[in-house]
Amino acid sequence: MNFKMKALAAAAALALSVGVAQAQISGNVVKIGILTDMSSLYADLSGQGSVLAAKMAIEDFKAKEKGLNVEVVFADHQNKADVGSQIANKWYDSEGVDVIVDTPNSGVALAVNQITKDKGKVFINSGAASSDLTGKACSPNTIHWTYDTWMLANGTGKAIVKTGGDTWFFITADYAFGHALERDTEAVVIKNGGKVLGKVRAPINTQDFSSFLLQAQSSKAKIIGLANAGGDTVNSIKQASEFGIVKGGQNLAGLLVFLTDVHGLGLEKAQGLIFTETFYWDLNDNTRAFTKRFAAGNGGKYPTMVQAGVYAGVLHYLKAVSALKSDDGTKVVAKMKEMPTDDPLFGKGAIRADGRKIHPAYLVEVKKPSESKGPYDYYKIRATIPAEEAFRPIDQGDCPLVAKK
Amino acid sequence: MSEIFGVPTQALFGQLLIGLINGSFYALLSLGLAVIFGLLNIINFTHGAQYMMGAFVAYFLAHKAGLGYWWALVIVPLAVGATGMVIERLMLSRLYKLDHLYGLLLTFGLALIIEGSFRHQFGSAGLPYSMPEDLTGAFNLGFMFLPKYRAWVIGSSLVICLGTWFMIERTKLGAYLRAATENPSLVQAFGVNVPRMITLTYGFGVGLAALAGVFAAPIYQVAPQMGSSLIIVVFAVVVIGGMGSILGSVITGFGLGVVEGLTKVFYPEASNTVIFVIMAIVLMIRPQGLFGQR
Repeated sequence: MNFKMKALAAAAALALSVGVAQAQISGNVVKIGILTDMSSLYADLSGQGSVLAAKMAIEDFKAKEKGLNVEVVFADHQNKADVGSQIANKWYDSEGVDVIVDTPNSGVALAVNQITKDKGKVFINSGAASSDLTGKACSPNTIHWTYDTWMLANGTGKAIVKTGGDTWFFITADYAFGHALERDTEAVVIKNGGKVLGKVRAPINTQDFSSFLLQAQSSKAKIIGLANAGGDTVNSIKQASEFGIVKGGQNLAGLLVFLTDVHGLGLEKAQGLIFTETFYWDLNDNTRAFTKRFAAGNGGKYPTMVQAGVYAGVLHYLKAVSALKSDDGTKVVAKMKEMPTDDPLFGKGAIRADGRKIHPAYLVEVKKPSESKGPYDYYKIRATIPAEEAFRPIDQGDCPLVAKK
Repeated sequence: MSEIFGVPTQALFGQLLIGLINGSFYALLSLGLAVIFGLLNIINFTHGAQYMMGAFVAYFLAHKAGLGYWWALVIVPLAVGATGMVIERLMLSRLYKLDHLYGLLLTFGLALIIEGSFRHQFGSAGLPYSMPEDLTGAFNLGFMFLPKYRAWVIGSSLVICLGTWFMIERTKLGAYLRAATENPSLVQAFGVNVPRMITLTYGFGVGLAALAGVFAAPIYQVAPQMGSSLIIVVFAVVVIGGMGSILGSVITGFGLGVVEGLTKVFYPEASNTVIFVIMAIVLMIRPQGLFGQR
């Protein structure tokens, strides 16, 4: 009897301790999964640089000293939604991953968004652009950190229409991201009194854009809007100069251009492009200090806004986990929304109920080769769009989380 | 303005011409593949990586050695061709007696290794390569603006394709080559050094891929994945044309470039699948390919 009682007590204690441990940090480790493009057109703007950014955030948070055991794993989603979903499921179900970060490619991101919601984990997206992540597909488990298509359209589209670029032709990447970017930009163009003369949908990872450029040329639109990203944008800009598009009086609007794209194009070809970013390495002392450390670990390559967003997102996530002493997905996201954000790269900001992180955006122009002092000295900041105006107003996104209120 | 299916005829001409330009890349690459397959019986999956290496070597020549585009046209095929010959001597030559599958696996593995190391070293956004001064600008053809550089690519690729076809089908050297693939021991008995000839042939095929890489460098971004996105299409071209048929691969290359160009006008969403649809149809109706012999 005595023995039985003891055994029972021990079992109860054990059950209790396991129960408590689960309510706190699952498996005693916070596991961060960087799901990104490691091998294709977005690998430079996210990829290994995003893994490095996450590791730097853990280091700067001083996780160890705070008694938090944090681990980073990463995987290549190959820009395929099925591959991405498979990895997300495996990570959540059998490998104890608590949060998925980065995930460029809106198609993959929307899939991971749904899986994360179903499993009650956390998804901090930095790399994908579709504004649907905080619109009709918004989720209590997702935070969209860095930028989105509405913000790009609003920043770049508005600036261009206001300076006379009122007729547009779109060359659009034919998947969720391109469609969202085209839709959001078209809305801005029309709202500001412009007109869309035509559009063409090009498959992702197209090498030759000349056929599409020719269609854009014969549309006689003043502005050719490039609703694509990464290698696709680089190739379109490069080939547009070959076909004399800018000389012929038409202008290109790169709706989503990253620092790495400008670096790959060279200033000779990229000069004069106007677009919107939410981070640039040369903004202030904090961003410069971060960049110096980052470049040292990234083969000399400077960070893009996506990588900066991974850093800031992971930092804020760890703050929330540490404050809650739990890594329960839904609770952590609620806490992240409740706490104001503050990090060296994006400054002070906030996360809205729909999961949208808000911060200022910068309308930048690429410098002429003569104005640049060296590698990565590429942007002139033409305007700063305040955080409240940079992103879609919360009541216009059709996000069910907001409508409920 | 007159129209065909709602597209102005003028725009259509422009698209046809662009199709031909892209077709000239397909033709150059599939030509090299056809030569290698026809004479070595190797399905060279490294071809895309060798095309990419061609573009990268052109970039290095320009930025490290100060040698411009015209030098690159000569040096790059030789240099990359030489690496090809090393691969042939050290690795491929051991596989000739085995099934095709082994050569395919080896070259595919090599392609992954080469691409992976370039990506590790140079990242995926690629490197800029500027157009040669003499070929910048464009001709105004009335119905379209034809960049001089593209005109140059289409012209030189035609010359190279026809030249290669002539050399293999119409000269004595070509006759030796063809004979050596039919019956190597007999040709060797006549005092021809067959293994050396095969090494040179592989080097030549690889050199063609590298040359296509130099042609591509000023138009496309010099990036590690530039070959892998093209090579699958080129394989489809070779299959449609008939494995090993040299003239077949050239004609199919240009022809499919045009078909793809037209798809970009009428139904752009399908432009990167149309070639595979054609491949499936050809394989069903004529499994040996349009120009292949059974």
